[in-house]
Amino acid sequence: MNQNTEKKKFVFTKESLKKKFRISEFLSEKIITSVAFLSIAIIILIFFFVFRETMPIFKSQTAVESQPATAMVQEQYGVDSSLILNDQGQEQYGVDSTVMVNANGQEQYGVTESGLQDTGEVSSTDNAAGSEHEVAVLKSLVGKDWLPVSDHPRYGLIPLFVGTLKITLLAILFAAPIAILAALFTAAFAPNWLREIIKPAIELLAGFPSVVIGFFALMVMASFFQGIFGYESRLNAFVGGIAMALAAIPIIYTITEDALTAIPASYKEASLALGATKWQTALFVTLPAATPGIFAAILLGIGRVFGETMIALMATGNAAMTSANPFESVRTLAATIGAEMAEVVFGDTHYSVLFLIGSLLFIFTFGLNALAEFYIKGKLVRRFQGKS
Amino acid sequence: MKKGNRKRIIGGIFTGATGVSAFLIIAIIILILVVIILGGKETFSWEFLTAFPEDGMLKGGIFPAIYGTAMLVLIMSVAAVPFGTLTAIYLTEYAGEKSVLAQTIRFAVRTLATVPSIIFGLFGLGFFIRFVGTGMDTVFLGGELKWGQPNILWASLTMALLTLPVVIVSVEEAIRAVPRELREASLALGATKWQTIRNIVIPGSFSGILTGTILAVSRGAGEVAPILFTGAAYYLATLPASLSDQFMNLGYHIYILSTQSSNVDQTLPIQFATTLVLLLLTFVLNFTAVIIRSGIRKRRAK
Repeated sequence: MNQNTEKKKFVFTKESLKKKFRISEFLSEKIITSVAFLSIAIIILIFFFVFRETMPIFKSQTAVESQPATAMVQEQYGVDSSLILNDQGQEQYGVDSTVMVNANGQEQYGVTESGLQDTGEVSSTDNAAGSEHEVAVLKSLVGKDWLPVSDHPRYGLIPLFVGTLKITLLAILFAAPIAILAALFTAAFAPNWLREIIKPAIELLAGFPSVVIGFFALMVMASFFQGIFGYESRLNAFVGGIAMALAAIPIIYTITEDALTAIPASYKEASLALGATKWQTALFVTLPAATPGIFAAILLGIGRVFGETMIALMATGNAAMTSANPFESVRTLAATIGAEMAEVVFGDTHYSVLFLIGSLLFIFTFGLNALAEFYIKGKLVRRFQGKS
Repeated sequence: MKKGNRKRIIGGIFTGATGVSAFLIIAIIILILVVIILGGKETFSWEFLTAFPEDGMLKGGIFPAIYGTAMLVLIMSVAAVPFGTLTAIYLTEYAGEKSVLAQTIRFAVRTLATVPSIIFGLFGLGFFIRFVGTGMDTVFLGGELKWGQPNILWASLTMALLTLPVVIVSVEEAIRAVPRELREASLALGATKWQTIRNIVIPGSFSGILTGTILAVSRGAGEVAPILFTGAAYYLATLPASLSDQFMNLGYHIYILSTQSSNVDQTLPIQFATTLVLLLLTFVLNFTAVIIRSGIRKRRAK
């Protein structure tokens, strides 16, 4: 556009047709372009730094050496301490092995540090115990016990995964039907004035801070549902799930509504012209045409619930249990990070495991977003262009 | 005949179900508002807003939390708004609609908007505190611990990353609402591209920048997860005086009082009132943004 207009200026020589080099133009363009890169840079930095803090679990030595000395008083994996994992023999750290750990996770201390015993603390200050934990950690990650602060800390992620999935499933089961039907109502049935009330109201719900929803769930909903169902633990997956649904509804609603209104009017007109009623058109024409968009909406809703921290912290009870009962307390991945990060010692194993959980959360939501973005939106566009 | 009746019944049920769902959502919103207003209105007073907490946060006001939240969103805006605006300018004015770079940036922005807020907290801890902060301490202070720990600066910058997409999306929408003719007139008069952007596009999209800022502030004031371990404190007897101080925060205050207070029942009125303050704050901000934004949309539609 720029070049077009410049060419139309009343100038006749070839020389003056050339774009003049101006330092301010050049600088402003370069600065703005480089600022625009920031968003990409942030994503990459998040990947890098969240993973970086996870690394000590897998490679204790290199991580320690690369870190500045000041904040690292507690964590000393030392230079000499290295170990051999004789479990399956895959992992061998270093050459001067001082510690060996056998398949049962029992410690067998080498010659040099034979006097050391398991100190039991995560923030152990002696080298051998430090590296012994590393091995125990890798094994316990797939276990069923989440006991990060105990004599024998175990970091089983299974109950956290089960808890998160339970909450997500419950929340989406509540949120998706309500949000989709409500979107259909505003897109197909509601008169204009009602639409002008409902849409801003739901935008308002999207603006509710999650800590407010969490507080409402904790103080009001929990007691209310306990009164109805009479279950034992006041805070449980069910209460958490409903509270999460309140956070997911605006997202699912907004995207579904967008998808529904994006459907070409000719679809609806054709259906109505063939004699279909309004609800038949909505149910059999509009809704199916918008399925990819609705699917994307549900995926983003799942992403929201999966990563929601404050509601999970306040309303789910935070007990790491592996059970299918919706009326028992659960602990989600995000809530685990939120609850425990403030209390861990920077750089120790527990800290790294929390970052590992963060990495998993990040990868998962990133994947969900990418899926919603590329696959489904593309499909929606193709469908409307009649190429599907 | 019979078939027609059945159809009408199904239709009625279906239409009814959609209506009920919509009204259910509205009812829940009203319920939340009413419960929190009723629970908090007695404690809510000027005194409550301007006093410090007393008796181990069992009594008194929430002034430090309000002040801390205000400082947080202020520093956050200073960081997020210029960068967000420039990114939006790039996307609308410089980048081609189909360019790979612009597509990548858009994808990054949308991804940034869906990253769970707790991940920003982790990033703030891993990057700002442990990498930048500790690095600054090592280089400038010879290892003395000052920046390598949670403080209001790192919390604000973390929050700025979280709210960056909000700013970008709002500003972009407003820039697109600036009529093309204005740009063309400016260019035709001999103004350069940057002059056009500076004198036509940015003033023309000022309301959008304002909306973006308001929405970002509203979001930043309500989020708690990113500041859990990047700078928020349970209780401070003094207000944060420098960027390297910790701070109190409304949302964090609610969380602490309702889950870890020494006496949850006794502080219940304070919790409700604090929630009311936070809700009012975000409500007013969002409402203002909606009004300004509908103005932009109307102008664009003309």
